[in-house]
Amino acid sequence: MLTSLIRTMSVLDSSIVRNIDFLANEKNFLATRSDLYDKITKIKEAGGKKNIERHRSRHKLMPRERIDYLLDPGSPFLELSQLAAYDMYGDDIVPAAGIITGIGKIHNKLCIIVCNDATVKGGTYYPMTVKKHVRAQQIAIENNLPCIYIVDSGGAFLPLQAEVFPDKEHFGRIFYNQAVMSSMGIPQISVVCGSCTAGGAYVPAMSDENVIVAGNGTIFLAGPPLVKAATGEVVSAEDLGGADLHCKTSGVTDHYGKNEIHALNITRNIMKYVNSPEIPTSNSYDDPLYDIEDIAGIVTLDSRKSFDIRHIIARILDGSRFQEFKKDFGSTLVTGYGSLYGQTVGIVANNGVIFSESAQKGAHFIQVCDQRRIPLIFLQNVTGFMVGRQYESEGIAKHGAKMVTAVSTATVPKLTLILGSSYGAGNYGMCGRAFGPRFLYMWPNAKISVMGGEQAANVLATVDSNRSKWSKEDEEKFKQITRDKYDKEGSAYYSSARIWDDGVIDPFQTRQVLGLSLFATLGGNNDKKSFGVFRM
Amino acid sequence: MALKLIDKVLVANRGEIACRVFRTAKRLGISSVAVYSEADKNSLHTLMADSAFHIGPAAPTESYLNKMKIIETIKKSGSSAVHPGYGFLSENADFASLCQQNSIVFIGPPASAIKSMGSKSESKKIMIKAGVPVVPGYQDDAQDIELLKAEAEKIGYPVLIKAVMGGGGKGMKLAQSSKEFITQLESAKRESLKAFGDDRVILEKYITSPRHIEVQVFADTYGNAVYLYERDCSVQRRHQKVIEEAPSNIDEIKRHTMGKTATQAALAVGYVGAGTVEFIYDEQTKEFYFMEMNTRLQVEHPVTEMITGLDLVEWQFRVASGFHLPLKQEDIKRSGHAIEARIYAENPYNSFLPTSGKLIHLSLPDTWDKVRIDSGVRQNDEISVFYDPLIAKLIVLGNSRDEALNLLHSSLSNYHVCGLPTNIGFLKTLVNNKKFRDYDFNTNFIPQNQHELLHKPEISEEDYGIISACLSIKESQCPKKTTSPWDKEEDFRVNSESLKNYFFENFEAGVSVKLSKGEFKVNSGKWNMSIQGSYLGNNTYQIKTSNGIQKVRVVDYEGSLWFVNNDGVVHIVSMKEQYKMEDKGTTQTVLNVKAPIPGKIIKILCKPGDDIKENAVVAVIESMKMEHMIVAPRNAKIVNVFFKEGDFVNSKDTLVVLE
Repeated sequence: MLTSLIRTMSVLDSSIVRNIDFLANEKNFLATRSDLYDKITKIKEAGGKKNIERHRSRHKLMPRERIDYLLDPGSPFLELSQLAAYDMYGDDIVPAAGIITGIGKIHNKLCIIVCNDATVKGGTYYPMTVKKHVRAQQIAIENNLPCIYIVDSGGAFLPLQAEVFPDKEHFGRIFYNQAVMSSMGIPQISVVCGSCTAGGAYVPAMSDENVIVAGNGTIFLAGPPLVKAATGEVVSAEDLGGADLHCKTSGVTDHYGKNEIHALNITRNIMKYVNSPEIPTSNSYDDPLYDIEDIAGIVTLDSRKSFDIRHIIARILDGSRFQEFKKDFGSTLVTGYGSLYGQTVGIVANNGVIFSESAQKGAHFIQVCDQRRIPLIFLQNVTGFMVGRQYESEGIAKHGAKMVTAVSTATVPKLTLILGSSYGAGNYGMCGRAFGPRFLYMWPNAKISVMGGEQAANVLATVDSNRSKWSKEDEEKFKQITRDKYDKEGSAYYSSARIWDDGVIDPFQTRQVLGLSLFATLGGNNDKKSFGVFRM
Repeated sequence: MALKLIDKVLVANRGEIACRVFRTAKRLGISSVAVYSEADKNSLHTLMADSAFHIGPAAPTESYLNKMKIIETIKKSGSSAVHPGYGFLSENADFASLCQQNSIVFIGPPASAIKSMGSKSESKKIMIKAGVPVVPGYQDDAQDIELLKAEAEKIGYPVLIKAVMGGGGKGMKLAQSSKEFITQLESAKRESLKAFGDDRVILEKYITSPRHIEVQVFADTYGNAVYLYERDCSVQRRHQKVIEEAPSNIDEIKRHTMGKTATQAALAVGYVGAGTVEFIYDEQTKEFYFMEMNTRLQVEHPVTEMITGLDLVEWQFRVASGFHLPLKQEDIKRSGHAIEARIYAENPYNSFLPTSGKLIHLSLPDTWDKVRIDSGVRQNDEISVFYDPLIAKLIVLGNSRDEALNLLHSSLSNYHVCGLPTNIGFLKTLVNNKKFRDYDFNTNFIPQNQHELLHKPEISEEDYGIISACLSIKESQCPKKTTSPWDKEEDFRVNSESLKNYFFENFEAGVSVKLSKGEFKVNSGKWNMSIQGSYLGNNTYQIKTSNGIQKVRVVDYEGSLWFVNNDGVVHIVSMKEQYKMEDKGTTQTVLNVKAPIPGKIIKILCKPGDDIKENAVVAVIESMKMEHMIVAPRNAKIVNVFFKEGDFVNSKDTLVVLE
């Protein structure tokens, strides 16, 4: 019995040698990692000391403190897009886009929490604030998660109204989503800890149940200055839309919080009775056999050098067990089964450039997983599809198309981690942002662009009309401009600032982040649909 | 007619002494019967006896002091004898007579002896007649001032002037010399008249450096009496003994004289059974004087048992059954030095006030022939407000006094009580005190050395770190609800070390603990350490730091953590709420005044609607024989009063609501 068990276990052998290359890699990788931590530390300083002091003097907690208090003791908090708006608004520093979003556990039910940070620009909505808020709602929709809005915001950031207000995915979308989410049966609770002015008033108004903090929370379509300007009426904020008014007279809010702590306690009590499903459990499992911290020495930051992706897989999956599929066919794509915290998953991982066989194998494997309702995890490290006459003639375009079709139409939960390069059509076939992964994360060393900076420089230099007049130096100068631009725009931070992903994560936390995300998707709407037409 | 040992005994007592008597009864094949009050229905002593009978409510007057109920129970249970233990009915002459009338063997002296020794003035007269030295004094009725002064000269200064009706130090004055005598006498008379309506006084020699030395005696029904050496019980707080030892440092001749005198005293009153003759020993003059005789087996009898190797309860059974004394005087040997420490539920740092509550955690040192524990409680038992707050007696035997003290100290270090304050830490300080070690003490030792003895050990940053590590260990070993990452990855935060933060009252810095590769990295203030540890069960942790391995205990009880460090020092710390917030926008604050201690309300001094000032007494609670004043924390109006006089309250019950 035991021997047969052992025989069925496909444990990856991922022993490593700590040689000079390993140590060199490790040094670079750890520097990249600590750079991430530095950036995050800075972001967590929120609106700065003075603003925080003023905030606290009003008997308010910082957003992450509110969330800590709201969550079950010991609950993880899967915070999303910490780097949103990073380095985007020039001198205006808007840490985390002035809004904290993430997933945590309240009475053993997973919830999305959206919390304004009033210490950052008064909690006003910059374009990225809107995008982050809407993205959180989208996660709630896709994964069927109750949503808690902790509101403390001055509304839209007026100087950038054109990028905040009019478009489909702008401010209005928040309320549209609230209505749609409600129609889908997703519980929504608002905790009004500060102002909800103008459009912001609809956040609580469109929620199922609201709590308002006495003395601090206000809800009105127009604040006292606007009222005075419009009608001449002089009224205090409290009288115009405070807790007493809304709990006793208007009925806009349902629960009266004596202070923030009391309000958050009420919110926890509300969550106790929302009757949404508890977190799914899993089978028992072993931790990976290998230390995750080894990846620092395994992964090379030079995209031209390669490493075997199985070393990473061995450090993510339960017991380092990996049942590989079609190991010897299309070997630049590694596919196979394993489990993450006891939940079976299918792994699709790059191990080099994608060939026709790799693409066919990928399409095949994705189809099988979808058929079997096995969630998919994509580990991206891809410079693209193979180019050249031979490959075009064997129809690499149609093989690639098969993989893209399979990825697009598979309805099992998909998670994507970009751990190296994500270039060109490789990004498509490997479930880039456009292909609807439930969550997409990047390592701090990852790069994302239509092609590598070097290739782009060459292509642009080749097609430039002035090329004939260039000296060697001119050409090099031209190329360098392109390379620099691609370097900057291709960085994980550039991507994460614009919410092209759900966050840059500490590579050492990969197993945890993927695991928490995976289990957050399991209660979603995971119904099977048919695939499209595969070009054979 | 051949004599037979008593066949069935009822012990009219509770706690450790009932358990103590049952142990010997069992060994001798005597059937045992326990009695218990409502408060004691689950007590250890009820389980140790062969049978147990309920005798009434918790209040002693309605149970353990209810003579008729106990006589009735003795008969109902078919017991032929009653052992009264100490306290309760043990020195109650009426009860002894009642037993006799009902043909029940009372294990103790005859009622007449109890009566004689019960009255201080009568016993003193009998002793003078029997040639037993008594403290020189004057106790006649004539109160002429010149006469009194002459008597004082006769006694020799310093002289203590005491009101005949006195008590509690009222009407008691000390005259150092004849110069002071008249003023002090007048002052004593004035006070006495005011307090008792009577200005008569007695005079007594004042012993400057008194020691309390007592002799254990035993007498049988045939007029034989022996002494089993003496005990020194000078170390007292609140006029109650805490440390008793045998032998004392008197010389052999004095020991023999004292012993002989004690047997004379016993024989003078026709004594039978175990008794103790208490003497005041003047350290300076080396003279001893009769003080009183305790006509019962005493709390500290194990000290004598340890040095003589005898079982005094067995002797009691034999003598009560009509046997001769088991040994003649010359056959009673002693060896070694024995010390008893009384472990009390009390707070040494708060005037030794008795405490009550649950023994949430109790772990004991190993016992063997040189370490003995007499106790009537187990872990999770209550120390009730109704009875004596004695938790246990710890008795050790050494070849020398120093050896015994070392053994006592190490045993006390392994005696851990959590859930209520005890005097263990105080006892340890006492045992290591230089003066005490040097046998340089008298009955005023504790009050005179308060400063050194009541030095409360401080908790260190390291302690906070270790407590936090223990909490982390417990949490990490706590089985997770499910295997999902949402349960398993506790406190996970993206792009941040997952730290567990602990916040304590009185420790601003707080402690963070990080679990990394099987080690807890603990950071508390300036103190950093890697700790490996495991939970050993019963609140106990093994902690390995770079300083070595230690065993500590952390007990979580009613919002407080009881921490016992490797040296057995107990600290109580409170976890702080990480986030606290005052209401905003509310002006009216209501304040509940709560009972600090369980007990009986003996006075209510306010009614709803009263305006009261800060520190005004609102109620008085009687608990553990003491009165506790409950005061208003600020100027306020009384909104509600929840109890009336005579009600019983639990600790933390709201007594009064203020606005």
